[in-house]
Amino acid sequence: MEVNRVGQGRLFMDPDVDRARDFFRHKSRRMANKVTTVREAITRFVHDGDYIAVGGFGGSRIPTALLHEIVRQGRKNLGLSGHTATHDCQILVGAGCVNRCDVAYVVGLEARGLSRASRRAFESGSVEVTEWTNAQLAWRYKAAAMGVPFLPSRSALGTDTARHGAAVEITCPFTGVKLLAVPALYPDVALIHVHRADVYGNCQIDGILVADVDLARAARTLIVSCERLVPNEEIRRDPGRTVIPYFCVDAVVEVPYGSYPGNMPYEYFSDEDHLRLWLEVEEDPEEFERFLDRYIRNTRDFNQYLELCGGIGRLQELRALEFLIHGVRGPGGGAQGGAGAGAPAGGAEGGEGPGAPGGAAAAEGAGAKGGAR
Amino acid sequence: MAGELQYNRMELMICLAARYLEDNATVVVGTGAPCAAAMLAQKTGAPNLMIMFEAGGVGPLLPTMPVSVGDSRTFYRGLMAVSMAEIMECCQRGMVDYTFLGGAQIDMYGNINSTMIGTDLQRPKVRLPGSGGACDLASLAWRTMMITPQDRRRFTAKLDFITSPGYLTGKGAREAAGLPPGSGPYKVVTDLCVIGFDDDTRRMKVESMHPGVTREMIEQATGFELLWAEEVKVSRPPTAEELRLLREEVDPFRYIIGRA
Repeated sequence: MEVNRVGQGRLFMDPDVDRARDFFRHKSRRMANKVTTVREAITRFVHDGDYIAVGGFGGSRIPTALLHEIVRQGRKNLGLSGHTATHDCQILVGAGCVNRCDVAYVVGLEARGLSRASRRAFESGSVEVTEWTNAQLAWRYKAAAMGVPFLPSRSALGTDTARHGAAVEITCPFTGVKLLAVPALYPDVALIHVHRADVYGNCQIDGILVADVDLARAARTLIVSCERLVPNEEIRRDPGRTVIPYFCVDAVVEVPYGSYPGNMPYEYFSDEDHLRLWLEVEEDPEEFERFLDRYIRNTRDFNQYLELCGGIGRLQELRALEFLIHGVRGPGGGAQGGAGAGAPAGGAEGGEGPGAPGGAAAAEGAGAKGGAR
Repeated sequence: MAGELQYNRMELMICLAARYLEDNATVVVGTGAPCAAAMLAQKTGAPNLMIMFEAGGVGPLLPTMPVSVGDSRTFYRGLMAVSMAEIMECCQRGMVDYTFLGGAQIDMYGNINSTMIGTDLQRPKVRLPGSGGACDLASLAWRTMMITPQDRRRFTAKLDFITSPGYLTGKGAREAAGLPPGSGPYKVVTDLCVIGFDDDTRRMKVESMHPGVTREMIEQATGFELLWAEEVKVSRPPTAEELRLLREEVDPFRYIIGRA
């Protein structure tokens, strides 16, 4: 097979399937009660230097409480899979926990604007990057989940994204077409927030799955936070709903509103006001440090963060928004937190989505903030 | 005919882009103007246009503009809520007709930069988000559309970084690189004109100028030499009905159209 090593980027993680098999051979299959606390889960399973992958979609169904705890415990030199990393990137990179990143999407918060703190980290050289695409990272998880060292794909050929990645161009042995082989990605630790889990770690997710089915299987260690712990009987009542089986899971933590200020489908909408506050305080590095101290480092736990952000009252509003209880107009008339409602002044216009459609349209060329045009 | 309709440049771009989306086609969109264009198309010429979002939402009955391509609106009353891999595989399989992209820089072949400004990726002058799904969609969807304001900084001769492939270096280059044959940039809808791509060179070719826009204005706003269609038309402005639907039903809070 012809091989052309187009990517000059560093491959941060070993795609060796047999070493991975050996690891998984010894991973416990015991159907034990894995319920623990956020603090204990991070203390035990996340270490300085580990390579972390985060489930959900940046600002939707994210394990915020677990991310905060990583910051609170001051983890350093983490690797990060930047797969649609928006608020999650903002937390971990902004707080200085990350020194290397497989980038598909970072720094931006879609239509909301660009994270100044994350930008400072990437622009100063303090985070080493290798470039990928969202599909490539999703397929890298999938390859790992399948137990194969790579998957062939047809995306990104001929681009600088590929040249600064670590994929390899190959020729199809059947048809002769050129393909890009993307290597399996086995993260040290994955953090995934789900709707329901039992004490053993059998999980249900409502709505889109993003890349979490494959990520859960690719990760060596998996910490799950859930909106609700449910009896095992609820899992068994409808096994077709189980998207992550207990034997992939190392720790289960119950964290109601655990995706806040992100959206949790069928539970609560994102808190666009609070996300805007993040973007604002990041403009000044010192103010941002004070903000991190106040909201994360000096808080006891995630519940205290929720209280600082308006507590149950605010969460009720976000539930009403999610369910459009007051129609699309919202109680205040138009305050639905839709695209642009949360955009910083000057407009995060065109911040159409992780990359897709417009990814960095938000990013007006030479550095104007948040894509003001 | 009644007096001339008033509209802003965002409304104009959305209305023009929407007309290219035909009925029963599939489109992967992001938030913002592309989403508005797809929603408007559903209310005008393409009621059965299938909208998908890269995070896994398929066929939602969008109640409002999504704020993220992964938020719960993107599969609100949808047909299917799946994974990102499934959406991208649908593109790779050849079942996605249209996608919309934007970027900080675009060149004459429709290549797009959304990764960085500068020369050193490890220490860029400005770090931008990166590909996200853009490179995948530009590689794998049949037709790539762009909605973007036109100015010299954005329409540039040389990109700092090719994040997402247009026609790369010209005719045959996509195929030579290994990208699926027959795919590539289709139309660029700007605030000044509608641009297509020349069959022989794969370079940008102006097809129509918006009312009141001159050739000179377009050249001034472009950092490379444009080709011109033999007969450059005047873009057909939004109709009263398109504007009504856009303002009353698609974007009643002016999240997108208010940004013009």
